[in-house]
Amino acid sequence: MIITAGTMHFQELNAMIRDSRDREVIIDKCFGQRYIGSGLSGKNITINGTPGNALGAYLNGATINVNGNAQDAIGDTMNEGEIVVNGSSGDATGYAMRGGSIFVKENAGYRAGIHMKSYKDKSPVIVIGGCAGSFLGEYQAGGKIIVLGIGNDGAPPVGYFCGTGMHGGKILLRCNTPPADLPAQVCVTEATKDALDEFVPYIDAYCDKFGVSSVGIYDSKFYILEPNSGNPYKRLYTQN
Amino acid sequence: MKKEGEIRIPAGCAISSIFSKNGKNICGDRIVNSMRVMHDRSNGLGAGYAGYGIYPQYKDYYAFHIFYDHTKAREECEQFLEMHFDIINLSKIPVKKTPAITDEPLIWRYFVAPLPTKLAESQLDEKEFVVRCCIRINTQITGAYIFSSGKNMGVFKAVGYPEDVGEFYRLDEYEGYCWTAHGRYPTNTPGWWGGAHPFAMLDMSVVHNGEISSYDANRRYIEMFGYKCTLLTDTEVITYIIDYLTRREKLTMEETAQIIAAPFWSTIATKSPEERARLEYLRDTFASLLITGPFSILVGFDGGLMALNDRLKLRSMVVGEKDDMVYIASEECAIRVIEPELDKLWSPKGGEAVIVRLNGGVK
Repeated sequence: MIITAGTMHFQELNAMIRDSRDREVIIDKCFGQRYIGSGLSGKNITINGTPGNALGAYLNGATINVNGNAQDAIGDTMNEGEIVVNGSSGDATGYAMRGGSIFVKENAGYRAGIHMKSYKDKSPVIVIGGCAGSFLGEYQAGGKIIVLGIGNDGAPPVGYFCGTGMHGGKILLRCNTPPADLPAQVCVTEATKDALDEFVPYIDAYCDKFGVSSVGIYDSKFYILEPNSGNPYKRLYTQN
Repeated sequence: MKKEGEIRIPAGCAISSIFSKNGKNICGDRIVNSMRVMHDRSNGLGAGYAGYGIYPQYKDYYAFHIFYDHTKAREECEQFLEMHFDIINLSKIPVKKTPAITDEPLIWRYFVAPLPTKLAESQLDEKEFVVRCCIRINTQITGAYIFSSGKNMGVFKAVGYPEDVGEFYRLDEYEGYCWTAHGRYPTNTPGWWGGAHPFAMLDMSVVHNGEISSYDANRRYIEMFGYKCTLLTDTEVITYIIDYLTRREKLTMEETAQIIAAPFWSTIATKSPEERARLEYLRDTFASLLITGPFSILVGFDGGLMALNDRLKLRSMVVGEKDDMVYIASEECAIRVIEPELDKLWSPKGGEAVIVRLNGGVK
């Protein structure tokens, strides 16, 4: 099914997507319609244009591919599935995400991965090819955030206050030096080859999706950020 | 019904702007179309626009846009204006009746110049004289409210959705080098024509998406300098702060941004000694003008435009550029819908002022 969205209201567009019997849905000329694919499973959506806020909120297994940039709060509380952005994403990318994966070719705005969590077999992943804004992984409780810093010449690919309030999960940064202002409850280590293993499938997937050569990517230092074991919040909510 | 300023209800909004650095004329319908796609960010309780370069035939006169509740207020206000100003032209602002906009006040426009004798007698500079006259009308003449008072610019605002307000004021009949716009979702006040954005003082106008938490601290400080915050809305106090810092303290827009969205002390500590001293001076001297809480604002002024986010960047804002045109909006879609192909698109950081100015005047 192909839908030309134009300036159609989001309710109409989302009803058309939900009611479509086709598994493949293409949306052309998208101008800011919100909540596209929210709660959706069993469909593959391709968007040409600029989808509105809360793209793929509560996504439950569907895949969304954006040819353009995404606005704020993509994958808000998403449960399962995949969002691929062939451009940059706005603030609060993967807000409170609890499963599935988000791939952003270029940059993400402020607060990517805020309140991200994992539980049992659910473990969300965000891969950002360029740089992330301030407050990356704020209050992160689980899952993985990977920032590759492509085109950033080895400088830390994050803004200020990375990992503030982080109490679970991991952040992987590709850079020559770690961020200078990490909070006390976050410990940073240079990734050994073994430690990098768990991230490799996602980095490879990024390279594959966006046609980036992985050789140049791995030819760099990586740093892993985790909450330190003395962190009193670590087991407050869940074992992770 | 209680009016704005008399009641406080414990804001999402939409902002957008277009600027031609070469001073080309932009038709007002473009900014209306930009706002249209962000319809759902507003709730119909206020919207408005500011256009710059729209009155070239009267560019040396102050353009007063005034709301009147009734004819008596108009008579009283005009009497005051005649005593203090030379009125070059006066008329109703042309509007188009639409079912979406109701209960409109009387809306009048005056092009004026201060009477030389009155100005000399006041011993004030011309701008301060005009500001004091406006504050006096707004606080002392019941039913009269000046909502625009700059030269070669004008504010158009109402209770309604942005696209309806644009149609109501027939903005497709105006052209200017800069437009700013606002769609309102008031969360603190009931929504009144005068309380819609932009808020303006002389040629400076502010549209704001956010909800500042420093309102009372800012208000107490700024009222020491003769301003009167009558509307209980945070945008009013932001307008007065910027007017005070730029016009009275003669600070630059860049310095103003570093006061109202000051860098954190931890960020200042990483700067070079000279820069550190400068930033510490601004923070210490104007501590009460730090604005906290979420905001994204667009400040229009004579020949320029500034966009600024709070330092934590709790509101969205994107900037698009194409040739000499600069577009700044709450959402990328509001830019793409009027300019699909951009040379550059980016998001300013929290506290990072984006300032654009004319390349040598209006064409």
